[in-house]
Amino acid sequence: MVRRIFSSPLTLIGFILVFILLFLAAFAPLIATYNPLEVNFSNKLQPPSSAHIFGTDEVGRDIFSRIVYGSRISLKVGLLVVVISFPVGTMLGAIAGYFGGLVDQIIMRLTDIFLSFPGIILAMSIAAALGPSIENVLLALAVVWWPWYTRIVRSSVLSIKNAEFIESSRALGAHPFRILFKDILPNSIAPASIQASLDLGFVILAAAGLSFIGLGAQPPSPEWGAMLSSSREILREAWWAATFPGLAILFTVLGFNLLGDGLRDVLDPKQR
Amino acid sequence: MDAIQYISKRLLLMIPILFGISVLTFFISHTIPGDPARLILGPKADPVIIKELQEKMGLNDPVYVQYGRYVSGILQGDLGNSTYTQQAVVNDLKRYFPATLELTLFSMIITVLVGIPFGIISANKKDKIPDQITRFAALIGVAMPAFWLGIILLLFFYLQLGVLPGAGRLDTWVSPPAHITGMYTIDALLTGNWPVFQSAFIHLILPGITQAAVTIGMITRMTRSSMLEVLRSDYVRTAYAKGGSQNRVLYGHALQNGMMPILTLIGMTFGHSLGGSVLVESVFSWPGLGKYAVNAITYLDFPAVMGVTLLIAVLFIFVNLIIDIFYQVIDPRLKYE
Amino acid sequence: MTLLEVKDLKQHFTINKGFLGKKTTVKAVDGVSFSVNEGETLGIVGESGCGKSSLGRSILRLIEPTSGEIKYKGKNITDLKGKDLKDLRKEMQIVFQDPFASLNPRNTVRDILEAPLIIHGVGNRKQRLEMIENLIGKIGLRKEQLSNFPHEFSGGQRQRIGIARALTLNPKLIIADEPVSALDVSVQSQVLNLMSSLQEEFGLSYVFISHDLSVVQHISDRVAVMYLGKIVELAEVDELYSNPQHPYTKALLSAVPVPDPKQKRDRIILQGDLPSPVNQPTGCTFHTRCPMATAECKTIVPELREKSFGHWTACIHV
Repeated sequence: MVRRIFSSPLTLIGFILVFILLFLAAFAPLIATYNPLEVNFSNKLQPPSSAHIFGTDEVGRDIFSRIVYGSRISLKVGLLVVVISFPVGTMLGAIAGYFGGLVDQIIMRLTDIFLSFPGIILAMSIAAALGPSIENVLLALAVVWWPWYTRIVRSSVLSIKNAEFIESSRALGAHPFRILFKDILPNSIAPASIQASLDLGFVILAAAGLSFIGLGAQPPSPEWGAMLSSSREILREAWWAATFPGLAILFTVLGFNLLGDGLRDVLDPKQR
Repeated sequence: MDAIQYISKRLLLMIPILFGISVLTFFISHTIPGDPARLILGPKADPVIIKELQEKMGLNDPVYVQYGRYVSGILQGDLGNSTYTQQAVVNDLKRYFPATLELTLFSMIITVLVGIPFGIISANKKDKIPDQITRFAALIGVAMPAFWLGIILLLFFYLQLGVLPGAGRLDTWVSPPAHITGMYTIDALLTGNWPVFQSAFIHLILPGITQAAVTIGMITRMTRSSMLEVLRSDYVRTAYAKGGSQNRVLYGHALQNGMMPILTLIGMTFGHSLGGSVLVESVFSWPGLGKYAVNAITYLDFPAVMGVTLLIAVLFIFVNLIIDIFYQVIDPRLKYE
Repeated sequence: MTLLEVKDLKQHFTINKGFLGKKTTVKAVDGVSFSVNEGETLGIVGESGCGKSSLGRSILRLIEPTSGEIKYKGKNITDLKGKDLKDLRKEMQIVFQDPFASLNPRNTVRDILEAPLIIHGVGNRKQRLEMIENLIGKIGLRKEQLSNFPHEFSGGQRQRIGIARALTLNPKLIIADEPVSALDVSVQSQVLNLMSSLQEEFGLSYVFISHDLSVVQHISDRVAVMYLGKIVELAEVDELYSNPQHPYTKALLSAVPVPDPKQKRDRIILQGDLPSPVNQPTGCTFHTRCPMATAECKTIVPELREKSFGHWTACIHV
């Protein structure tokens, strides 16, 4: 299976990108060449050079070191949002699909309501109500994200809930929750897990966007979206200040996407 | 059951959704902040003034009374006052909405014109070079932070080359056309004002492309997979077997059937574009709803944020409703169930 | 001694159609009565869509019967709930048609066979494993194969695992819903022979549901023929196959291929298709396709009557 995943070069690229991200986040203090928050006005707006490979920003901070530390923030947000919303969404989807009837109606109408907002807009208003901070953005994104998993899991549960092995468990007198956890969930969670691996990237993208408009991480935090936001002030003088944080976001999202697509190809060949 | 019955059923089903949306926005605006009065007045406000405003806003009433007041306000077109512009939020929304609509429609046009043909080519040349390139480009598009792409385009076309304008909807020396739709390009065309149209159009290009980059990626991928499914089907093979030419089969049989799921996706990308306007408009200082919302966030102008949220949600579900109805009417297989 | 008694069992499904909720009723099982004796195999045969699978599932209470009565060992089990229903599961089990769909693909054979014992709190882990190892020998698999997954077995082997699972709790009655239909003909007889020998060893009773007349003939003591949710004929197996009374049974039997090409036969070709169970014909539901139908058949609903000793037929012309 591992060999099948990496038989595609794109998946391999995805894996490498994600690996680099994890590596940067894990060893940030060793990799970063400067303190990401250290202000040095005499050194401001330096173009990329051997001393500062991505240049410096308007107060002389090293952009490379900031990006390295920023990977920790992005990864934390991505993982936590998925770790919160995935189990919630999955359980609700499984319950809706398996029990049907009124429970199903209530849960699905609830997801309809959440999905009738473009995600970023709903997250924006929740984060604005909570007050600007990266933790609140994290919470807002988790609130927005769960309905997707609910829908995906529900439809895969529906497709197997009348399978004979489920009926057999019922005939053996198994409790509905035993059937749900032992028979239904293990056999219907794959599509949602693939989505979750793609979502790690999209959550990071959304969080950067919210920080970009001033809701998430606040300066001087080396969050990538916030860095991009403040780079606009110095766009004329310092192209590098805008370019590199954006590339970091792009490669991160791309990495999780490629990896997720590769997983899908292996686990669910019909989608190709 | 006929189409009219189906449409009325769908409209009826909108009621619980709209109710749910209002409960959710009420919850966000009245419950999460803890104290909306403090939110409106800002963190440094005088406690006496806060108390007065709490009384005035009825924040000490039971929750259902507050909700009732909130909904009846919305139904009468009252979304409160913006604390920043000092205007009724509804009036602000009316003012900024046409700019967002113009940008969104323009980017949707680009999306469809670029995304669908590339999706078809990609499917038709599956696993060959054109397919590989298109798929990779679509992948980049989907992963692209639109707000960053906007900045890079500005950097290149505006600051470096100076061939395209960097901000706003019109050149400073051009005055807006007579207000008909509020969308400058369309109004300029309707009044036959060519110079204004030119100015409005070149201002649309960069934000339009930025906005479209992501949705092109989505549409291309969807078109590709949808076409592949159709091309594998028996009736397409039959059409080839009967000796139909490649183009005839591709555009006559396959596209017609492959279009169905793409249509649904266009509805979704519309929502995505509306959502993305928050980011793209603030990059290009495009005076639309998104820019308005972002300004509002900066000045902690909460009624304005909620106004934009509510308007975009309602727009989004109505667009999807229209697409659903259209979908049902043109697909003979779906029998209004 | 009578083990299972079914009286006037009905299994109707309502389907909501359209916006204003026009409800239509599908009469999958429509007033079926029969009994099964201890150690006996009752075959139930009919075309697909005649309601025989619904019948099996409603006896097991996997779906709730609309009306009627099911008695097990003289006790009414139609309304059992909770613990009583769970205890009943130990007495009655089911073997399914599709050996590829009836085993959880993510569990090993050991998990699959141990689950019933865990559910009913039988023994400790060591005792349960002993029971499973004992059982797996009886269906002709090796102990080492317990840690394999379903996809590592052939269709016949899987079906035997399905049978073993049904036997873990020592039931008295097994409903076998087309247990060999999905198997190759060469494997069919192996599974049928296994079922027969297990029947002797454990004193099982079978309700054997199938569309295949020769399979039913091979394994059954008595046979019931179903058409559109009703039993139209029921008799001892030899009696039914040699002396069919109902025109539908005659037509079915005349369609069975005979190995001797010289033997002269009158094949009865049925007209038309099986009517939809949503819009059932009036009177005798078979009249639309019956070669013997008369005007009365459109109005009179024939009852299942004992026309000769132990031979029941539902036809006014017999």
